[in-house]
Amino acid sequence: MSVHVQTDDFDLGAEVSKLSSDPSVGAVVSFTGIVRDAAQSGLISMELECYPGMVEQALNDIEIKARNRWDLKASVIIHRIGNLKLGEQIMMVATASPHRQDAFEAAEFLMDYLKSEAPFWKKEHFQDHAKWVDARETDLQSLKRWQD
Amino acid sequence: MKLNVLYFAWVRERIGIASESVETQAGSINELIDELCAREERYAAAFSDRSVLRAAIDQTLVPFEATLTDATEVAFFPPMTGG
Repeated sequence: MSVHVQTDDFDLGAEVSKLSSDPSVGAVVSFTGIVRDAAQSGLISMELECYPGMVEQALNDIEIKARNRWDLKASVIIHRIGNLKLGEQIMMVATASPHRQDAFEAAEFLMDYLKSEAPFWKKEHFQDHAKWVDARETDLQSLKRWQD
Repeated sequence: MKLNVLYFAWVRERIGIASESVETQAGSINELIDELCAREERYAAAFSDRSVLRAAIDQTLVPFEATLTDATEVAFFPPMTGG
C-alpha cells in the first residue's frame, strides 16, 4: 500500500510491474487521469493544488477502506500537484489482487473516494482566462453506490 | 483561542491570503465564519454561499455545526476536484 503526492511525473508501467511481483497476484487494474481539453476550448494547462498533510492522511484512509473491503495484495495511489500541460498524466491508482473482480472494484472505489474526499483542486488555464473546475454531481452519485 | 486558519483554491483567491492566525471566541465553524464575514467584505464575498464550501478541523472534514473545542487548525475550501 502506498500513497504519493508529488510534482514529478510517474512511470505507469513501472508502477504496475512493481504491483505484480507478488506471486499470489493474478490481476492488476490501473487507472490514469490525464489533462484533457473536454470542451475543445483551447485549454493550455491544469493547475493542481492540495492541502498538504490532510491529503496524505485522506488517501491513506481511502486505501485502508479498500483493503478492508477487497482481497488486495498491493495498491498504489500517485497524484501530481503543480502546473500540468495538456496531455500530461495527473494521477494514477492501481490495485493488485488474486482475482480480477476485486482489483476492478477496488480501483473504482479508490477513484470515487479520491474524487470526493481527497483535498485536491483543479484550475484550468486557457489563453486569456483561468477557471476553477466545479465538483460534479455524478461523482457524488458514483460514491453513493459503495455506501449501501 | 488562537486558530491557524487556512484557505484553498478560489476561497484563498477571494480572501487574498493562504493562511492567517485568528484570535476568536467562536464556538463552531459557523460562528467562526460569522466573525470573519463581519471583519471585511472580502470574507463576506468568499463565504456568501456556505453550501458551496467545505471545512476541516485539524485536517478532518467536518460539518459547519462542528464545535471548535481543542481545534488548532481550521481550513476552508470548495468541494474537492482531484483525480
